Amino acid sequence: MKRYLQEFLKGIIKENPTFVLALGLCPTLAVSVTVINGIGMGLAATFVLLGSNVIISLIKNIIPDRIRIPCFIVVIATFVTINELVMKAYSPVLDRALGIYVPLIVVNCIVLGRAEAYAQKQSVLNSLFDGLGMGVGFTLALILISAIREFLGAGTILGHNLIKGFEPVFVLGMPSGALLLIGLLLGFFNVLKNRRA
Amino acid sequence: MSNKLIVSTSPHLHKKESVSKIMWLVVVSLIPAGVAGVFIFGLRALWVILLGVISALITEAALELFTKRKVTLLDGSAVLTGLLLAYNLPPNVPFWLPIVGSFFAIAIGKQVFGGLGQNIFNPALVGRVFLMASWPKYMTSFTRALNYDAITSATPLALLKEGRVLENISYLDLFLGKRGGCIGEVCILALFLGALFLLFKGYISWHIPVTYVFTTGIMTYIFGQKGLFSGDWLFHILSGGLILGAFFMATDYVTSPLTRKGQFIFAVGCGLLTAIIRLWGGYPEGVSYAILMMNGATPIIDRFTKSRIYGTK
Repeated sequence: MKRYLQEFLKGIIKENPTFVLALGLCPTLAVSVTVINGIGMGLAATFVLLGSNVIISLIKNIIPDRIRIPCFIVVIATFVTINELVMKAYSPVLDRALGIYVPLIVVNCIVLGRAEAYAQKQSVLNSLFDGLGMGVGFTLALILISAIREFLGAGTILGHNLIKGFEPVFVLGMPSGALLLIGLLLGFFNVLKNRRA
Repeated sequence: MSNKLIVSTSPHLHKKESVSKIMWLVVVSLIPAGVAGVFIFGLRALWVILLGVISALITEAALELFTKRKVTLLDGSAVLTGLLLAYNLPPNVPFWLPIVGSFFAIAIGKQVFGGLGQNIFNPALVGRVFLMASWPKYMTSFTRALNYDAITSATPLALLKEGRVLENISYLDLFLGKRGGCIGEVCILALFLGALFLLFKGYISWHIPVTYVFTTGIMTYIFGQKGLFSGDWLFHILSGGLILGAFFMATDYVTSPLTRKGQFIFAVGCGLLTAIIRLWGGYPEGVSYAILMMNGATPIIDRFTKSRIYGTK
């Protein structure tokens, strides 16, 4: 059990997909304008990661090595489609806010990266916890970035106004501000990593 | 005895110059423009300038203490950055704006890259563009010149962009600074005084500023409002931040190319971009963006204009 816990926890800090592996930056930049969007995107990606990791690790022995990437993509696309249809049916507002970035989870490098680097070599349970950990790590990273961006860029958190008379830093609501913030956070996490090492 | 024998490679002749002396002299050469700005826009401009400088100094010291490096407050570069940033602000901005701008300029524009000499972009312009993107409503409302009641008016360039007529502004008004604009950019006369001082002392060369102003002039002359070769080039040279940018910011040692050829390319690029943004872009003024873009291109310009080492191909 302890091993599984380790597989789960490594995705959150030690191998955080956004801040340490620097994967999946495209959706991170695009949807992290508000915290709600960040949570929605993170949960959607977690669901897809979980499903694709489990299925790919189940069928890893029957996938021909040469065409493994197309096979992975088919599995991932299936889960993304399920995810998209569910989202369209039950939370159309979030679906509209995330827009094209929901179907684009298919080419999210975290999902494909975990399939290629982990799930196709590991046991089903390991893959399950790895997918879960990576998904949670991605969600937490998105929440952190989107909270900073929403608070400074619009003066709100989850749509609630916090400080009266606060003049929002408009640039943080724009992609250039997101790039700047992610750069600073990556640097910050690198400093933490170097200090621990 | 051993200390008296200095073994070193050339150059063997040294002038007694240092980075900090040059920085302080540039600061001194900017003082006339600031005095003129305070005279034109009133005492509020002085507070904006002081807050910009103080905030830059505090940020510099705090970050250098935090990262345990030598505190370099006395080298003048932080003062210069804060001063230039404040010169790039309208006089009636809220007082927190120069503070935030200087903090951003020093922290993100300079210290993130490792301090003086390491920065890719001109720190003061980084601060200005950040403020412009974040609080455009404060950065684009200007007080009227010689009118201390803080009545807002547009800059001549903004009026031109909206297609309004400018019959009541003469070239002399523009030259002396009787117009709406940023604190340090309006009085061309005072800027020229400082620039001539730097040129005569040899701290800046004429290549970048003259080429820059010339290119913008030519471009705005060719693509005039009333057809080709009818543009009001003198108006474009005298308005906006072109003189301040060309003489004091494009000539920054750190962020401009090293060779003469490279400096020409850099200045022509700045001039073209400024004219393009002014004539066809969304903003009335493009000097800061033009210089920043060419700052970004400087490493590549330096690579392609490397001077040939004697004896190599």
